[in-house]
Amino acid sequence: MANFQLELVSPEKLLLSREVEMAIIPAAEGEMGVLAGHAPMIVALRGGTIRVRENGAETERLFVAGGFAEITPTRVTVLADEATPVAELSRAEADRRVAEAQAAYDAAAMDTPERRDAAMARLLAMRAMKDAAQAA
Amino acid sequence: MPSLKSLRMRINSVKSTRKITQAMKMVAAAKLRRAQSQAEAARPYAVRMERMLASLGASVAGTPDAPKLLVGSGGDAVHLLVVVTADRGLAGPFNTNVGRFARARIRELEAQGKTVKLLTVGRKGAAYLKREFASRVVGEISFAGKKRLEFSDASEVAARITAMLEAGEFDVCALVYNRFRNVMTQVPTEQRLIPAPLPEAGSPADSGGALYEYEPTEEEILAQLLPQNLAIQVYRALLESAAGEQGSRMTAMDNATRNAGEMINKLTLNYNRTRQANITKELIEIISGAEAV
Repeated sequence: MANFQLELVSPEKLLLSREVEMAIIPAAEGEMGVLAGHAPMIVALRGGTIRVRENGAETERLFVAGGFAEITPTRVTVLADEATPVAELSRAEADRRVAEAQAAYDAAAMDTPERRDAAMARLLAMRAMKDAAQAA
Repeated sequence: MPSLKSLRMRINSVKSTRKITQAMKMVAAAKLRRAQSQAEAARPYAVRMERMLASLGASVAGTPDAPKLLVGSGGDAVHLLVVVTADRGLAGPFNTNVGRFARARIRELEAQGKTVKLLTVGRKGAAYLKREFASRVVGEISFAGKKRLEFSDASEVAARITAMLEAGEFDVCALVYNRFRNVMTQVPTEQRLIPAPLPEAGSPADSGGALYEYEPTEEEILAQLLPQNLAIQVYRALLESAAGEQGSRMTAMDNATRNAGEMINKLTLNYNRTRQANITKELIEIISGAEAV
């Protein structure tokens, strides 16, 4: 089966750049499985795990806290706000950040709708991180 | 002629100064390596962000309700300069260069009748610019005491800029920082942030000849992408400035160490001559004393 180039970059480093068979991306409007030859797209991401599949098995799981993905027939570039391999997530850390995001969200309750949405997205991303940490 | 004791004391003091500058040079070299690798690690993201923005921005820039971050407020009256300097001194001309560059730029803008506002990042720049332009400084940010610059620090600066833009406090925003060319040279540079300079759209072959589909809409993605892009530009500038600071400090401390070495040689020569002169003087005194007897 044809492979494509998957690149995962966060502002702080290049996490992944190699040929893969399939990637499942947490797009803003639902999970998206990408195979080689996909139509060109630019999608926004929500917090969730990127799963890489090769030879019918899942070979890599990486948590992203939002960002964008650029999809072309031969290449997928994920620009993550923050990315960590799921195996390196710690549950205590995730709990702390969920609490932080919750506090920020509560504080933003009176703010403009845009800010509230941003805080909400952040909280959801952190909850996704907690789930991922628990599953690992 | 200075006494032997005072010479000895000077030699010792210069020696300990040399020890300090040498240590600072080593520390700067180690930090430079780290800062450089951090700057390199940030590059792939910036490059890809640019590529994405090129394909997105070009299609939205022409529309009347294009986001402010992309096209600015339309005016050109109030300029915000974000001046990035180091938090510490003893880095050769590093901080002064940015300061001088910023000052020239402020003068130039004000001569054209524009209003200038300043946001300083780093303590040294704040101190330098406040002396002359205290009334223009609208904010100071400092990361003093931080071991490592993180992306969230840059996001903080970017959020501040965005908030000011939304409040209509400026029309045009530019970054002034030391661009890292190599260890020896850092070039003070001005880089425009808002309105965003659009990179040239890549060749359509890059996307397989077809246009992108967007999910959710183009506008929504752009609304998220632009603040992120602003943050990454700031992050890049902060990293380059941090690398430049260490490079400049390393060069400055290398020179200082060499100068201290020269100084020690000179003082030692002087010390030996004085010592010899003293001995000769004493001998003459003894001999002439003996002759008189």
